[in-house]
Amino acid sequence: MIDNADAVRLLDSKRNGAVFVATMNANNVGFGLPSLTTNESLDFPISGAMSKASNVALGLALAQPDRKVLCLDGDGSLLMNLGALVTISNKKPKNLVHVLFNNKVYAVTGGQPIPGSEDVDWEGMARSAGYAKVFHFDNLEDMTNGIDEALTCEGPVFVHLMVEPQIENTPVQFRERAKRTVHTAIKELPGVLGVK
Amino acid sequence: MTTQEVILHPASVVAELKKNKISHVVWLPDSETNFMYQLLTNEPDLDLVPVCREGETMAIAAGLWVGGKRPIVLIQNTGIFEAGDSIRGLGLDVNQPLVMLVGYRGWSRHGLTTDSAARFIEHILHAWGISYYLIETDDDAGRISLAIEEAERTAKPVAVLVGTEFGS
Repeated sequence: MIDNADAVRLLDSKRNGAVFVATMNANNVGFGLPSLTTNESLDFPISGAMSKASNVALGLALAQPDRKVLCLDGDGSLLMNLGALVTISNKKPKNLVHVLFNNKVYAVTGGQPIPGSEDVDWEGMARSAGYAKVFHFDNLEDMTNGIDEALTCEGPVFVHLMVEPQIENTPVQFRERAKRTVHTAIKELPGVLGVK
Repeated sequence: MTTQEVILHPASVVAELKKNKISHVVWLPDSETNFMYQLLTNEPDLDLVPVCREGETMAIAAGLWVGGKRPIVLIQNTGIFEAGDSIRGLGLDVNQPLVMLVGYRGWSRHGLTTDSAARFIEHILHAWGISYYLIETDDDAGRISLAIEEAERTAKPVAVLVGTEFGS
């Protein structure tokens, strides 16, 4: 199993100008992108409409075909929007990397297991949906050795990460809020991307 | 007395989209828009983005919009019901100037409206504070431009209810 923060830190170290469209675990203010990012201006946290980060990432990838876009997704989120795998692969975005943080639970609601957490074949689903390349990492060493290939091959790429669950029991309204929100990102990203 | 043209042709809608420099049509087709599909697939200036479920459309549109494109959504009224959280979270809450062309399934000016998809849709739009226009004929197609102008001026989603089946 990979520590969530280690996975985010490694991806961030390889981002090279990529936009990160992040949700759920990967976007946790305590151990996710907000506390680890080295290029906040290219972070696009999705806090509304659970499960739709991958769709936002697809739209951005289609609009900016010369820029790499990484979606940092969650297993519970992806289960809620499985059709997105086909929607994404159907458009064949060469610059999109879909990274799944699989902790097998709904971590932000107290750690309840997601349906089929022990049986779901994520790589098989991504492959049969039509993703160009599929990767699986369940330890940091393998991820460190293999992530460069995943980030440089032609997409859409699916990267399945097995990460440690980090459970939150604090009610949402009492949790620390990230400084950068979806609103900040929507306001600032077009300028950073050179959009007129 | 002359016979009035009361059909909405897909070409009228596409002309409005092109006039407003729409770049992408994010959509899930329904039987009422088949002729539209045939036309759109042959239109090089509009990129079609088909989805598996309607809630995806607003999110894809959000990404396109942030990336500098001018998307529009085309779905059926039944899809609006399904897509509620996306409309809330990635439409209304983030001030996305998104026009949603919505097939008005069940709509009729004659007799009883028995289809709940038609009976509920305007109430739902009112509840969300989403402004909307109704188009039924080619003469109404200009309302799409009005909707686009309103969406951009108010920075909010605006709906265009397509109250008739497209003619061939």
